[in-house]
Amino acid sequence: MNYQGVWTVSENDQGKLKGVSYELLARGRGLADKLGNELASVVIGHNITDEAVEELIHRGADAVYLVNDPGLRHFVVENFSAVLRDLINVYKPEIVIAGATTYGRTLMPHVAVRVNAGLTADCTELDIEEGTGNLLQIRPAIGGNILAEIKTPERRPQMATVRPNLIKHAEKDERRKGEVVNVEFKAEWIDRRVEHLGFRKSEGENINIQGADVVVSGGGGLKKKENFGMIKKLAESLGGVVGASRVAVDRGWMSYPHQVGLSGKTVTPKLYIAVGISGSIQHLAGMKTAETIIAINSDSDAPIFKVADFGIVGDAFEVIPALLESLDHY
Amino acid sequence: MNIIIPIKQVPETGNVKMDEETGTVVREGAASIINPLDLYAVETGIQLKEKLGGKITVITMGPRSAEKALREAISMGCDDGVLISGKEFAGSDTWVTSYVLSEAIKKIGDYDLILAGERATDGETGQVGPEIASFLDLPMAAYTSRIVELNTESVVVERLIEEEYEMLRLSMPALLTVVKEISYPRLPTLRGKQRAKKIAIPVWSKDSMELDEANLGLKGSPTRVVKISTPQVLRNGMVIPADDEESTVRAVNQMLDFMREKNLIR
Ligand SMILES: Cc1cc2nc3c(=O)[nH]c(=O)nc-3n(C[C@H](O)[C@H](O)[C@H](O)COP(=O)(O)OP(=O)(O)OC[C@H]3O[C@@H](n4cnc5c(N)ncnc54)[C@H](O)[C@@H]3O)c2cc1C
Repeated sequence: MNYQGVWTVSENDQGKLKGVSYELLARGRGLADKLGNELASVVIGHNITDEAVEELIHRGADAVYLVNDPGLRHFVVENFSAVLRDLINVYKPEIVIAGATTYGRTLMPHVAVRVNAGLTADCTELDIEEGTGNLLQIRPAIGGNILAEIKTPERRPQMATVRPNLIKHAEKDERRKGEVVNVEFKAEWIDRRVEHLGFRKSEGENINIQGADVVVSGGGGLKKKENFGMIKKLAESLGGVVGASRVAVDRGWMSYPHQVGLSGKTVTPKLYIAVGISGSIQHLAGMKTAETIIAINSDSDAPIFKVADFGIVGDAFEVIPALLESLDHY
Repeated sequence: MNIIIPIKQVPETGNVKMDEETGTVVREGAASIINPLDLYAVETGIQLKEKLGGKITVITMGPRSAEKALREAISMGCDDGVLISGKEFAGSDTWVTSYVLSEAIKKIGDYDLILAGERATDGETGQVGPEIASFLDLPMAAYTSRIVELNTESVVVERLIEEEYEMLRLSMPALLTVVKEISYPRLPTLRGKQRAKKIAIPVWSKDSMELDEANLGLKGSPTRVVKISTPQVLRNGMVIPADDEESTVRAVNQMLDFMREKNLIR
């Protein structure tokens, strides 16, 4: 098998690279070094600047495959899949990793089928197996209740999506040099059956709870919609965003994009504060890998305290206003 | 509007408890249910059928007992079910699963739309929907939160991405994976239950679809699970009471100290 090298699939928004791209470089660099191979990054989009490409090199890429064309301005999975398929078929990387974001989790399965490769979803750890050089892919399943170690013993490339916001971005070293491969655009990549029509911002609160360092979530204990006001204030004063349990979403207190848990989103912020949330298995599935967890609940037996690093047993309607006041005086 | 909905049977997590000593999950006696996230696809399909007519076929690959999941979907309002079952399918990863489901969809034929849940609550890969779209070369929208417009030619959808919603137009036939926001699943009706009980559900094997056994099951799967472990989730951090004004102030101050220590605030 002549597959060689590690690739990351960078993500960009209108030409600007997203943080997950640098996290992938940190992961990819580690794997490439263990294998004694090169690390390359693929960037597909439009208006991708030289600085962005440089930055990938400064942060660890030995090569960048740049596919920059107005036809690729928006992520349309069919088009991007065709690009990545062709690149993989030509350059034959041994490992391809992307973020376990809506982008990566849409694109990678589409490509894995086209290139006949194995794909492991939402990994939290990657490593190289000694002796075989196989990629070891570790991922949680069943609501984070088990960890599975997965290998792709025969087929190449070995593909994985990696849960974002778990590790530090790769460091920048401006002395690093690398090669830029400008890939020529092919009209055949564009699938005429799909048309991007636009974006719509969600009304109200920031819904990007997966990208936030701080998530303050409210649950059934908040009793009514208006009481989410204090949760929003707390989130704001900590520079965070608002999350919610399913109970809070099903009662219409917060919209679905804020839901954390098994049927909502999985978040891995630096700080997760759960207010009036009992800590059901399904809620834990979405937040138990947060770096630090703080719980505020009136019931000292609430399971949320078992997974918390710090807890306050008390009435949220007393504790949160007191907390806001102290933060105000800060 | 003919719709095909691939569904999965998963262990119920609703009654699952955490073992407080070990921090692992107690799954004994967990019943099997339709993947809760597939119910949004089923509901969406039924609503489209109610508006536009046509027929919904639910399909699943699994053990014989997965027939129950198909009957449940039929009792909600789907028309037919197909069970893909046989030992040759055991141990299939997402790649093989979507390959087999794609072949089954081809065999059923005559469809306008494939609807799938965003992911299953057990494996949680979210890969099978996009992989089916890739195998069948169908235009796809993943994370669909709303169908804005639909006719025989095309469908306009909104998909929920990290920061916002994206609007796409796909020509038909197409595949959508849906998130919870799209619908609220109904309960089975009595009439539906009666129909579901009586209906014959064909069981397809590799031979019914003329599949090569080498491409199926564990043998055909590119990925292999080599180890399973149960992570420790208990942190058992400090828990302090706040039951009057004084203790509340104390608790809040301790919380701020804790956050400062962790560099979460300055
Ligand atoms: C298939 C499936 C998927 C699911 N997916 C999700 C999911 O994605 N996310 C999710 O969150 N849930 C999910 N659930 C639901 C989950 O089982 C729980 O029902 C839900 O998490 C409970 O939410 P809660 O803790 O906010 O509310 P409750 O269970 O109502 O708990 C409220 C908590 O607030 C506390 N409280 C009450 N008053 C106060 C007060 N004044 N001050 C402080 N605390 C107070 C109570 O002690 C209690 O612990 C799912 C369930 C199933 C079956």
